[in-house]
Amino acid sequence: MTLQLFSFLVAGVVVLTGAIGVVLAKNPVHAALFLIQTLFGVAVEFLVVEAHFLAAIQVIVYAGAIVILFLFVIMLLSVDKAENLSVEPIVGQRSAAVLTGSALLALLLAIIWSSTNLTGIRSANGDTGRTDELTGEILPNVNQLAESIFTDYVFAFEVTGLLLTVAVVGAVVLARRIPGALQAIPQSALAARDGNLAIREKNVVDDADTEVGES
Amino acid sequence: MLTPTYYLVLGALVFSIGAVGVLVRRNPLVMFMCVELMINSVNLTFIGLAFGLDDIGGQVAVFFVMVVAAAEVVVGLAIVVAIMRRRDGATADDLSVLRG
Repeated sequence: MTLQLFSFLVAGVVVLTGAIGVVLAKNPVHAALFLIQTLFGVAVEFLVVEAHFLAAIQVIVYAGAIVILFLFVIMLLSVDKAENLSVEPIVGQRSAAVLTGSALLALLLAIIWSSTNLTGIRSANGDTGRTDELTGEILPNVNQLAESIFTDYVFAFEVTGLLLTVAVVGAVVLARRIPGALQAIPQSALAARDGNLAIREKNVVDDADTEVGES
Repeated sequence: MLTPTYYLVLGALVFSIGAVGVLVRRNPLVMFMCVELMINSVNLTFIGLAFGLDDIGGQVAVFFVMVVAAAEVVVGLAIVVAIMRRRDGATADDLSVLRG
């Protein structure tokens, strides 16, 4: 067994135990901690195949930002009470869910099993990534990724920036606190709406008139 | 010898666990975490195939998936905060009505 395979298997155990922990943990805070375990395991899996940049991003963005966001929301809303998992809200829901999950897993494994041509494509010399034009050396992973993102996928990268801006604005609007009870719609807005409606109705009537007139 | 198949199998396992979690759990936050699990399993599959096919494109796809996942979490948690403010201890059963 190579060191690569050994690292993969160890990290795989970490990922799987963390994933099961997320599903089974009674307390949402514990679930978040198990999620961190899984995400670190995935980062190690990235390192095993020399995806260095993505491993760093995985730790920074997922473990460092997303899970912290989860923990903030859990603690701000004080929903960190342990859930009583022994009660099944809908009869037969859990067994049905496990059955669905097993069927999904069987289906995925069958697809992987049937597509044997996926293995063995990797070239004999091990690594045929992009090479430096001058020296002919294989570029480091970060350079390869940067070259790909900023040439072939540069438009998608720009759209990504737009997406993040929209997400931030949306989050601010959604989480804004409106003081007091739900406010009444201002009279001016109502008047404007009525005015628009009246104009629209008038146009419809006009259209009908002209059509009648033309026919 | 490590082959992409290992990554595909691990991805399938994590995806199934995440799917069961989304179906079983009632706490919207934990459901979100299970969605994160499923997204990560897709990333594992992408990385495995990028490794197997010697193509950096798979890693680029993972990069974009991460960005979209971050945006999704931000908006999703904002919605959860907005709902929880109006109803304490809301579960997935209470979320059938999006009207505050």
